Amino acid sequence: MAKVWEDSELRLSADVLVIGGGPSGTWAALTAATNGSKVILVDKGYCGTSGATAPSGTGVWYIKPDEQLREEARQSRYLLGGKLAEVPWMNRVLDRTYENMNKLGAWGYPFPKDDNGDPYKRGLQGPEYMKLMRKLVQKAGVQILDHSPVLELLADEHGVGGATGVRTQSGQTWTVRAGAVVIATGGCAFLSKALGTNVLTGDGYLLAAEAGADFSGMEFSNAYAICPTFSSVTKTAYYRYASFYYEDGTIVEGAGSQRGRSIIARNLLQGRQVYASLDQAPEDIRPLLRVNQTNFFLPFDRLGIDPFKDKFPVTLRLEGTVRGTGGIRIIDEQCSTIVPGLYAAGDAATRELICGGFTGGGSHNAAWAMSSGSFAGEGASKFARDLGDRASNRQLKSVSTTTFAKAGGSEDKGKTAEAIRAVQEEVTPYDRNLFRTQEGLASSITRLDGLWTDLRERTTTLDLQGVRHREATAMTATARWMYNTAQVRTETRGMHKREDYPTLDDSQRYRLISGGLDQVWTQKAEVSKEAVTP
Amino acid sequence: MIELVSESKCVECNLCVSVCPTNVFDRGEHGIPVIARQSDCQTCFMCELYCPADALYVAADAEGPTAVSEALLDEQGLLGGYREKVGWGKGRKPVAEHPYMYELAKRTAIG
Ligand SMILES: Cc1cc2nc3c(=O)[nH]c(=O)nc-3n(C[C@H](O)[C@H](O)[C@H](O)COP(=O)(O)OP(=O)(O)OC[C@H]3O[C@@H](n4cnc5c(N)ncnc54)[C@H](O)[C@@H]3O)c2cc1C
Ligand code: SF4
Ligand code: SF4
Repeated sequence: MAKVWEDSELRLSADVLVIGGGPSGTWAALTAATNGSKVILVDKGYCGTSGATAPSGTGVWYIKPDEQLREEARQSRYLLGGKLAEVPWMNRVLDRTYENMNKLGAWGYPFPKDDNGDPYKRGLQGPEYMKLMRKLVQKAGVQILDHSPVLELLADEHGVGGATGVRTQSGQTWTVRAGAVVIATGGCAFLSKALGTNVLTGDGYLLAAEAGADFSGMEFSNAYAICPTFSSVTKTAYYRYASFYYEDGTIVEGAGSQRGRSIIARNLLQGRQVYASLDQAPEDIRPLLRVNQTNFFLPFDRLGIDPFKDKFPVTLRLEGTVRGTGGIRIIDEQCSTIVPGLYAAGDAATRELICGGFTGGGSHNAAWAMSSGSFAGEGASKFARDLGDRASNRQLKSVSTTTFAKAGGSEDKGKTAEAIRAVQEEVTPYDRNLFRTQEGLASSITRLDGLWTDLRERTTTLDLQGVRHREATAMTATARWMYNTAQVRTETRGMHKREDYPTLDDSQRYRLISGGLDQVWTQKAEVSKEAVTP
Repeated sequence: MIELVSESKCVECNLCVSVCPTNVFDRGEHGIPVIARQSDCQTCFMCELYCPADALYVAADAEGPTAVSEALLDEQGLLGGYREKVGWGKGRKPVAEHPYMYELAKRTAIG
């Protein structure tokens, strides 16, 4: 498919380049364009259907500006998250989410009505929301390149100034030069097929690290969701209505959706299949459940299963950092990274600031995506404007760790698939990632380091095969940041569980910053001690 | 996984080729798209939602292919069933504004 790339290369320039077209990327693009910047948005898939929000319904942390309601909202995850969230950030995100949700209503999102006939704004249906975001972004004059994954960032002494990639449907390569770049590539679910997440392979983390950025909270990366064994639909909320059974019909004691997930995992580890049935759901709310999360029921309906009566086998599917909280470290209110010209938003950025070490499902992520997206859009727009004339004659170079050959070249398909399987073997098993131990982490790190060296030494091509190679490299890098920080945090806090240190250690109430490519490093950083009043 | 492109229903708009996030389809030589990389399918149901002709069927199983028969799916009303429930497409009311959305939140505090 790859042609001689000089001939087919698409060359564009803009003030702001946004990488990723989920909620955070579209809010970044829309905000930057509204602030007068020329914006290009590139997506690996299709802006509007791609990423974790598009196929799901999401609850949103939308709280009216009433001090008591806000206080309750701040407290809701503070302890669960191990007291790592920060009050000023929660306040900014609550304010911006409130503002953005109201804008969505004004722009035509079809909110349902409450008892007073006012729009009820605590949730968004993914397909509807992302269709609207695509439309708004286009109306604002943003140029969208779909099916155009980024492969490398470009930078010079002023900072990051663009990216290159490939258009997977035509084989054409592309380069965008830009004053500033926003990474909004989502999290990393390691190709687990959890709903909508197979485009999320940690690419943005790798791109950021190559440019010199660092991370925060990568130990909070072990999210698993309850899911029927025969399905991709990882929505755990409704399992609060579930009873869990063994094959013989006896109850699995202590299993549940919030705190009982570990018990399910331990049974599955021992080779005992666990079954669920939503038989606890009161009869009268069943029709309401069906409407609220239409696609939760889709797999059951297709297989002729009545989830309210029948027992069906369940598993825990890895969602990694998508419903974890770690990501690229943010250093100011514009969502800047430590690298000039580089901004991060949504799942790609750390969410520790608003939910500490725990998010799971429900509202904080969606709020963070839309507010951090608009903060980053403002920041990137201003950075590009401040560059002024300097923008036009920059000497940009690739900062990638991968060596790309222009065309033809090596037949690495089998090797890439092997590498992907190898990373998955380190991060998928519950007894490695969910239940962590010093021994397990150390042995994984040794193998992952070997895999990293191996991937890094390989030359790859500027085509779909190169995209896969980069995904494998990004997943390997992500796993190394995850496990190196997990090794240092010798306690159980937030979603990070250490079998060998099962309790929270008050003296470890700090952030763990990590980074590095060939040499991964971690260090401790202060967390704001302004506590949420209990 | 994606299992079916109905040749009789497809109107060759190629929307599925555009919207599939993981690029599973190829444009067909004679118009009707082909499922070219089925194993890349992440079972997100988005192509089915966007297909204006109810010509696609995504089976529930995310791990491997499922044998399906178009006639049987048709008979069971499964083709286009998801679009209908979500209220997607011209002339339909989006489920997003269904009164039950609020009703459930009011009754249970999850939404
Ligand atoms: C099943 C499920 C249910 C959820 N429910 C809730 C909920 O109820 N409430 C809540 O708050 N949160 C929920 N979440 C989490 C929420 O979906 C995410 O936090 C949110 O989607 C993050 O938005 P984002 O824009 O950062 O990333 P995404 O929506 O994941 O978008 C990332 C985009 O980047 C693109 N991309 C990736 N790599 C590249 C590359 N190399 N080049 C170009 N583009 C690239 C992808 O194609 C994708 O379009 C849920 C998640 C899942 C999986
Ligand atoms: S979206 Fe439907 S009608 Fe259009 S090409 Fe695909 S299958 Fe055919
Ligand atoms: S279900 Fe999703 S991944 Fe599979 S073919 Fe359809 S759009 Fe593509």
